[in-house]
Amino acid sequence: MLAELIELQEFEASEDRIWCVAWNPTGTLLASCGSDKVIKLWGREGERNWVCKSTITDGHTRSIRSVAWSFCGNRLASAGFDAKVSVWERDGQDFVLQTTLEGHENEVKDVAFSRSGLYLATCGRDKSVWIWEYNEEENDFACAAVLTTHTQDVKHLKWHPQKDVLASCSYDDTIKMFVEDNDDWTCASSLESHKSTVWSCDFDVTGKRLVSCSDDKTVKIWHAYEKNNREGIRSPSGVYPVWKCVCTISGYHTQAIYDVKWCSLTGLIATASGDNAIRIFREEERQQMDAPPSFSLVASNTHAHLQDVNRISFNPKEAGLLASCSDDGTIKLWRIEQRPS
Amino acid sequence: MDFSSGPQNLNPTIYERTEERTIQASDYDNDVTDEIDRREIFDLIRTINDPEHPLTLEELNVVDLDGITIDNQANTVQVQFRPTIPHCSMATLIGLSIRAKLLYTLPTRYKVGVNIIEGAHIQENQINKQLNDKERVTAALENNHLRAVVNRCIVPQNS
Repeated sequence: MLAELIELQEFEASEDRIWCVAWNPTGTLLASCGSDKVIKLWGREGERNWVCKSTITDGHTRSIRSVAWSFCGNRLASAGFDAKVSVWERDGQDFVLQTTLEGHENEVKDVAFSRSGLYLATCGRDKSVWIWEYNEEENDFACAAVLTTHTQDVKHLKWHPQKDVLASCSYDDTIKMFVEDNDDWTCASSLESHKSTVWSCDFDVTGKRLVSCSDDKTVKIWHAYEKNNREGIRSPSGVYPVWKCVCTISGYHTQAIYDVKWCSLTGLIATASGDNAIRIFREEERQQMDAPPSFSLVASNTHAHLQDVNRISFNPKEAGLLASCSDDGTIKLWRIEQRPS
Repeated sequence: MDFSSGPQNLNPTIYERTEERTIQASDYDNDVTDEIDRREIFDLIRTINDPEHPLTLEELNVVDLDGITIDNQANTVQVQFRPTIPHCSMATLIGLSIRAKLLYTLPTRYKVGVNIIEGAHIQENQINKQLNDKERVTAALENNHLRAVVNRCIVPQNS
């Protein structure tokens, strides 16, 4: 192995399943949530030790599926099976409820702030993706679009790292890209190749590539071909980039893959799986410019947790620091150490 | 799911129950390693009640010993079940009850898969996908109405 996955710390965060962990943009706080309907914020105490700094208990009446930070770090949003989205605002050391967004018919599965800070997106079991626009004067969010392109349960959302482009993953086995076009939100492309539920996706640092993971036990790398690309790949719309699957990583996972992250600092890809494992992949250097990309497993821990690993998050400031959470109720912090090849 | 209409399969075939397990002397010996086997998994699910009939899943031949696979090294359990008729609208509920019973009784290390026997239902792929999506199963079991229906199925009746 060309790298090592070293366990730094374990928190017994809950008696129940932890669904999600997310670092704030400065990498100083880790938010977690789960079936116990509690949001916890974990921060550093001293050099190495991380502890629970605060707890938010009054947000939801059912499981909290995910939490997300705004790019400024002053807002936190949570998505619940109670059909609600809560937005929390920083007030000194604490977070207080700013607003509750209602509209989804049933379970909300994910929430995400756009990089620009203008939008918040939510999705859920009712097959819809909602885009909410932030109004600074009223300090509130108003619904800008309800997108019903997916034909099934929408599992996960990811905003492009630079543009107001949204990717959504679904139980209908596809990923869709949404863009704003003359004040209207529209589906710009549909990424079809997975054979089962797409649980998660992440852009690389440039936003020109996307990694996705699925119930079909594979990870796929997608490449965006812009209009008039030199490869001569035509976009069906003639306007929006076309996304093509350029690499499939298969044969490593024995159960569904619930999360995948593409580290913006190191370029490493990490996966969280129903087989209790965390795996780290690194892109091979290409011998020729036009060769297809290939990725190899550089580190793994097949007993990372005692049960399914639900979500992972790369610290955005400290290269190689990874957080994970599991059905076993624990959160773990890991350090990835790369060795020269 | 629609529970209001009457039973779909009005006259199901009823099968014999399996004999109870005979207790061995070694069953009480704490020094003997005794891993969970197929028969134990079967005993957990065979007494689940059918949602429509006052009969167990075993008596309706919805589950049998052959439909169960367990691998203690890999910590996996696979249960295959056979709806009584190929268009049974209760198939999802039956599968959910099997899943719930195993979720509440088996050690958490097991990865449980619940599937319809190939070719036994017109919507087997859709139902299998739903039954093996843990997020949807969790959400379903958080629903009070559905949980009550599932609990009625998995709590053994006086026989």
